[in-house]
Amino acid sequence: MTTKVSSNAFSPVRSTRSATSKWVGISLTMLLLVAASGCKKKVPVPPPPPPVAPAAVVTPPAPARANVAEFVAEPATIERGQSANLRWAVTGSNDVVIDNGIGTVPANGSRTVRPAESTTYTLTANGLGGTVTKTARIVVTAPPPPPPPPAPAVDRRGTVESRIQSDLKDTLYDYDSNNIRDDARAALTANADALKRIFADFPSATIAVEGHCDERGSAEYNLGLGDRRSNSARDFLIQLGIPAEKLKPISYGKERPQCTEASEGCYQSNRRAHFASGQ
Amino acid sequence: MMRKLLLLIPALLATVLVGVVQIGLAQNTDITSWISGQGGKPALAVTEFRGSGTQPFMGAFNSTLFSDLQSSSVFEMKSRSLFPLANPQRPEDLRQEDNKQGYALQDWSGAPVGASHVVFGYSAAVNGVLVLYGYVYDARQTDIQAAQLLYGRYTGTLDDAGAIKTAHEFANDIIQKFGGTGSLLGSRIYFVSNRSGNQEIWTMDWDGNNQKQLTNLKSISITPGISPDGSRLAFTTYARVSPRIMVLNTETGRPQPFYNQEASLNTTPNFSPDGKLLYYASTASGSSQIVVAGADGQGFRRVSHRNAVEVEPKVNPKNPGILLFVSGPGAQQIYRMNSDGAAVERVTNGEGEASNPAWHPDGQHIAFSWTRGYAAGDWNVFVMDVGTKQYVQLTHSEGKNENPTWAPDGRHLVFASNRSGRTQLYTMLADGTQVKQLTQQGTNKYPVWGSK
Repeated sequence: MTTKVSSNAFSPVRSTRSATSKWVGISLTMLLLVAASGCKKKVPVPPPPPPVAPAAVVTPPAPARANVAEFVAEPATIERGQSANLRWAVTGSNDVVIDNGIGTVPANGSRTVRPAESTTYTLTANGLGGTVTKTARIVVTAPPPPPPPPAPAVDRRGTVESRIQSDLKDTLYDYDSNNIRDDARAALTANADALKRIFADFPSATIAVEGHCDERGSAEYNLGLGDRRSNSARDFLIQLGIPAEKLKPISYGKERPQCTEASEGCYQSNRRAHFASGQ
Repeated sequence: MMRKLLLLIPALLATVLVGVVQIGLAQNTDITSWISGQGGKPALAVTEFRGSGTQPFMGAFNSTLFSDLQSSSVFEMKSRSLFPLANPQRPEDLRQEDNKQGYALQDWSGAPVGASHVVFGYSAAVNGVLVLYGYVYDARQTDIQAAQLLYGRYTGTLDDAGAIKTAHEFANDIIQKFGGTGSLLGSRIYFVSNRSGNQEIWTMDWDGNNQKQLTNLKSISITPGISPDGSRLAFTTYARVSPRIMVLNTETGRPQPFYNQEASLNTTPNFSPDGKLLYYASTASGSSQIVVAGADGQGFRRVSHRNAVEVEPKVNPKNPGILLFVSGPGAQQIYRMNSDGAAVERVTNGEGEASNPAWHPDGQHIAFSWTRGYAAGDWNVFVMDVGTKQYVQLTHSEGKNENPTWAPDGRHLVFASNRSGRTQLYTMLADGTQVKQLTQQGTNKYPVWGSK
């Protein structure tokens, strides 16, 4: 930056000359007035006027050269999102400007800034002695990477549906029966533990306990039999501490078979209590 | 074996007769001829009707008249190949004697025709309308004046549809005249079909025409029951997740209010004969039990107090104080009880599994499904006299045959069978003959026969 050399009307030489001639003029006028008054009356000659007081020449203060005593950023390094303080002290100037959107500021002051990226601030002070500038740089560092987001629920706990499908086993029944067999007892006991874990992960979940039948009994009778199967499995789970309101019984009779072959294997897999997400 | 079963029929008949007399329908004795076999049936000689200005439509008329009369099972239909070359078209054509040209009544009653009655008539175009004149004469009468049994005049549009309409109406009058308890004309079958992708309620004419979807619930809808006047249909639907009862207006297809008891299962609804009550099975008390409520679901009351699965309450059409239902303990059987839950008694003999009781309009017989004599799941249609417990088997292990219900005429049954692969609906006569398949598309089940 170059310092401008002023060439205006207040150059020191000319100002001095002009003031001198003014004071000479005033003195002459006063002399004439004294002479004129002496001609009117015969009065004792007055003492000579006091000497004209030397004109008090007011000298404008010597134009001080603008000086930026300090311009600092504290701290000089921040993380993105944090703020820093710019502080400055300027003498010899009433015209102090800081760039980067701050604008005109008092000669002394401070300002909190929150640059998004590393920024060099330039303070410009215009004074009689010219213009001076000073810069302050704030280095913005990227914040540390955020902690990895918690794994979405599906990854850790699965959906209610997937958990029901993977954790809960069908309860199987004999033909035209809703008695809990020994193998069903073991399956239901394991289901009760699994249900407690599922409800811990999904407190608002409810489970439909579906009763199904094989295709041999009449459709109508199987609606009633399926309801009994649903309720026998449900009652067993309630005894093992599963809240009753979490388990909704529903009978599908033989309306939703999972297989349709006329074989005992298929019949057995359809004679079941099945667990699904409640609605 | 078959022969033995058929021999049971006269025995059934005697019971029916007694029952019918007791309930004051003594005039209607021709229902007996339905069961008593061919011998007691009127033998009809149905002549070819011709038309004056309407001849193009008489083919449709003649085939419809013949098939309606034949399928009524009221008559023995005489073979046309034995008929005289000519036949009367008007009463004026009849003569006392004519040397067997066909204009004398004895030409029809004597050999080789052997008819008890002759049906004749003609049609004409009158002012743009098809007018059908139909006559039935007793061919065994010697006095022509006394021989006329029926005269009817019927009108229809000048096309096949108009001719068919007059044929249906004339046939209906003939059947009524001979003691039929009603006609199939105007009756409709309601059923469940999955052809739209979901199990929805459908309806069709009694002969399988005009198949229409009634519900669009996109769920599982099953076990329909029709009100006696045919105006309302109650059924079980999963549309609100758990199985509940819905009642529809059959004309508009719109649901009517029905208050469902709080229960995991409300199913197998059945209207009382006056249409004011709905019996159904509900688990409101814990297990599936027979309950009753108003047709809007209000005024709920438990009927039975047994510890066994109970479904399919069926109110006796002649005596609403008696119910049939299907229940255990043990293999499912048909039971009866009073409508207050008292006097429970097993109706079927404990063999196999029994279900789907459907009252005959006489309140004495039932059609039902039974696995008696077959493996579990191999259902056949049987008819039983509830009083004597005597029964006749109508289907014989052609697939599973289930959900038989009676037509309003008391002579036809509709039932579901998988004899051709997928389950379809069939009609047959009460003696198991004249089996006709009514549906083809998708799977079709749970038929009920409404009076309209």
